[in-house]
Amino acid sequence: MIASDASPASLVDLEDIHTYYGKSHILHGVSLRVGRGEVVGLLGRNGVGKSTTLKTIMGLVNPSRGRILFEGRPVTNLPAHRLARIGIAYVPEDRRIFRLLTVMENLRTGLDRNGVSEARKQELLDKAFSYFPVLAERRNQPGGTLSGGEQQMLAIARAMMLEPKIILLDEPTEGLMPRMVSQIREIIDVLQRDGVAILLVEQNVPLTLEASQRVYIMEKGAVRHHCPASELTVNHAVIHQYLGV
Amino acid sequence: MELISGFFHAIPYEQILIQTLNGIVTGMILALVASGLTLIFGIMDVVNFAHGELFMLGAYMGVVVLAVTGNFWLALVLASLIVALIGAALQITTLRPLLGRDPLTTILATFGISLVLQNYALWQFGPVPRKIQEPITGQFALFYLEYPWYRILIAVLSAAIIGGFWLFLKYGTYGIWIRATTQDRVMAQAMGIPVPWVHTAAFAIGAGMAAASGVLFGPLIGVNHAMGVDWILKAFIVVVVGGMGSLGGSIAASIFVSLLEAYASIWVSPAQAGIVSFVVLILTLLFRPTGLFVPTPK
Amino acid sequence: MIKRRSTAPFWTGFAIIVALLIIAPLVLPEFWRRFVTEILIWGLLAMSSDILIGYTGMVSFGHSAFFGLGMYGAAAALLTVKPPNLWLAILYGLVGSAGVALFVAYFSTRLRDIYFAITTLIFSQIFYVIIFTWTEVTGGENGLTFSRPQLGIPGLYSQPFTSNTLHWFVVAVVAASYLILRRITQSPFGMVIQSIRENEPRTRAIGYAVERYKMVAVMLSGLFAGLAGVLYAIQNRFAAPDFVYFLVSGEAVIFNVMGGIGTLVGPIAGAAFYLLLRELFSRFLTEYYLIPVGIIFIAMIIFLPQGLLGFMRRRLNQ
Repeated sequence: MIASDASPASLVDLEDIHTYYGKSHILHGVSLRVGRGEVVGLLGRNGVGKSTTLKTIMGLVNPSRGRILFEGRPVTNLPAHRLARIGIAYVPEDRRIFRLLTVMENLRTGLDRNGVSEARKQELLDKAFSYFPVLAERRNQPGGTLSGGEQQMLAIARAMMLEPKIILLDEPTEGLMPRMVSQIREIIDVLQRDGVAILLVEQNVPLTLEASQRVYIMEKGAVRHHCPASELTVNHAVIHQYLGV
Repeated sequence: MELISGFFHAIPYEQILIQTLNGIVTGMILALVASGLTLIFGIMDVVNFAHGELFMLGAYMGVVVLAVTGNFWLALVLASLIVALIGAALQITTLRPLLGRDPLTTILATFGISLVLQNYALWQFGPVPRKIQEPITGQFALFYLEYPWYRILIAVLSAAIIGGFWLFLKYGTYGIWIRATTQDRVMAQAMGIPVPWVHTAAFAIGAGMAAASGVLFGPLIGVNHAMGVDWILKAFIVVVVGGMGSLGGSIAASIFVSLLEAYASIWVSPAQAGIVSFVVLILTLLFRPTGLFVPTPK
Repeated sequence: MIKRRSTAPFWTGFAIIVALLIIAPLVLPEFWRRFVTEILIWGLLAMSSDILIGYTGMVSFGHSAFFGLGMYGAAAALLTVKPPNLWLAILYGLVGSAGVALFVAYFSTRLRDIYFAITTLIFSQIFYVIIFTWTEVTGGENGLTFSRPQLGIPGLYSQPFTSNTLHWFVVAVVAASYLILRRITQSPFGMVIQSIRENEPRTRAIGYAVERYKMVAVMLSGLFAGLAGVLYAIQNRFAAPDFVYFLVSGEAVIFNVMGGIGTLVGPIAGAAFYLLLRELFSRFLTEYYLIPVGIIFIAMIIFLPQGLLGFMRRRLNQ
């Protein structure tokens, strides 16, 4: 269990969240928290509700029961665009960049917000291009012409343009070559150093255990196990129990 | 030899030229109306049955402003703005509550709105058609015939409005919001774009464009409460023929269909020339149902 | 375990309503008697449209074409064949509307939702233009007038319609149509089209030729709409292009929504409600009754989407 005096200030809190898709009861009382600047992993087999949890936090799906808190304030049922403005960013499982918009225009959807000076916008763009040089090269190309890995980078860069306090990453390494996987790994570190919290949903267990401070494991729509990442290894019994084939 | 030269003599060249111009002029107005319809459909999957009535309201607002100020240009601008606001109000009150429901409901709701607006116009303005005076009279010589300058002005202005709109979409900040929302409403929200307001704005823009068309077209025919009905049918046809959701497609289809109808009217009556658009629709549905001017999806 | 469907309540209700309709002309003043007959005819049109909208899930704005062709078909029989024969009028009308339905069905059933709705709308306008401009055959703008045929079987027995017997004839036809359509919706065919409405891809995946079922549904719907047109022609003794205009289809859809789709009787109730509202408002507001009625319609879509009888949908379909 977590030593309470070491836990950082709470950023996102889920309390007993129940979510339905139509008549299907997907989330059965999910509770978790992510602290400021923390990287928290969310593991589990396919279909246990990990993506739904992220979508619920992002306000894309409304829970039927339970509360969501952001920096201690209740934000349950707020629409997604408000949550994006207060500091939650989402990088979905299939990337979902705007295929017909150019790379620049994709980034601008996150940049064009109230209260951001032109200078700051340029800073953010420069930062994105320095992390992802290939995006700088392709800045005027339509998003749909990028390769899978490049689209993943664009999706993350786009989220960064919101200057979020937390990024919800849904299976960022899926379908990527090993070289890109390690690039994603580095990005996660860099983001954490910048003080951005990350809730990482992943099938890649070693990467998750390496990158995260704490891990939640889900099964059948609820959290079944929760501990510091250091307590688990790839071969741990718990991992086999909830993720083994 | 006689037959061939006889054939070439029988082709009414001047008529064809006149009808080409007429076709382009009508086509540009239709394109302006259809663009608004396509925008609304593309961004929020709403088939706006009331679009023809927004066209009609625009024309009436034009009549009113013209009567008060005597200035056609002021009438054009104010009518578009007023109807854009009316459109926004309609979207907020009747279409927002229907978000997420069966698309059938929005067709029915906009159909209901069209009935209410038509009868409201009939009530307020009476059945006698009104006239809008064109801002420039006078004609220029085209062979031995005279062609009105105003019609050319209509085509130029419509093209300018559509062009301006296209530029706004491509380069404006809010243009990017509209394009992003059209492509992926969910991710647009996740990027902080206030999608409900983008929908309202898009509806308002579409309404404004329809209204502008109404004012521009007003001087050519009388303004009356039923003038929107023919236009809505033609607009639906070109939107389907052009490929639903494709702005470029509906513009191309508008000009294409209008030209064909104009040519047909050389030989048959205008009412029968109207069948041309129906025939084009049937052929499109049979052979290229995704749209004549859209690349066939693989 | 199969539960015995208790049909007694249904038949009792049905018998009561039919009895009331039969008594109507004997107790009501002439104006209201005609009103009830009109409700029944428009109700039949709306009911036919419910087959598509409520049971197959296809919104159609093409019913004015079916209705109109039924009307003109009957007109053709009554004008060309002497002496005017009731059954021939019905036959011609049904053939006319079936033909149109076949045409529309062929083109539109490949299309989904919105495209289908728009296409049916456009097709009904095509027929409007044809009827409006083909003056030699259809009388153009002025339409056709003709005399009412005799009720009865030629050779055996015949007598002219009185307003009462006409009303009873309409009641009989509409009641029979309702029973037939109800039977059809409860048959295997009816189950398939409802499953198309619920989940078309799945129905297709199970192996049903969805397009063919849709075509039959359109033709069925068109047939009964045409029958309504025939009744209207007989009642009013004229046929006019106004009835082929797409607004008539729009009204049929309004009746459906107001009354409750997927119930068969709902649309008849919707027609009654609409016509009553129209009567009520025209007394105060002359021709502009559509403004308040339209607003009520929109409000019903937003707040009462299941319609007046929608809450009884499940029970009515048992």
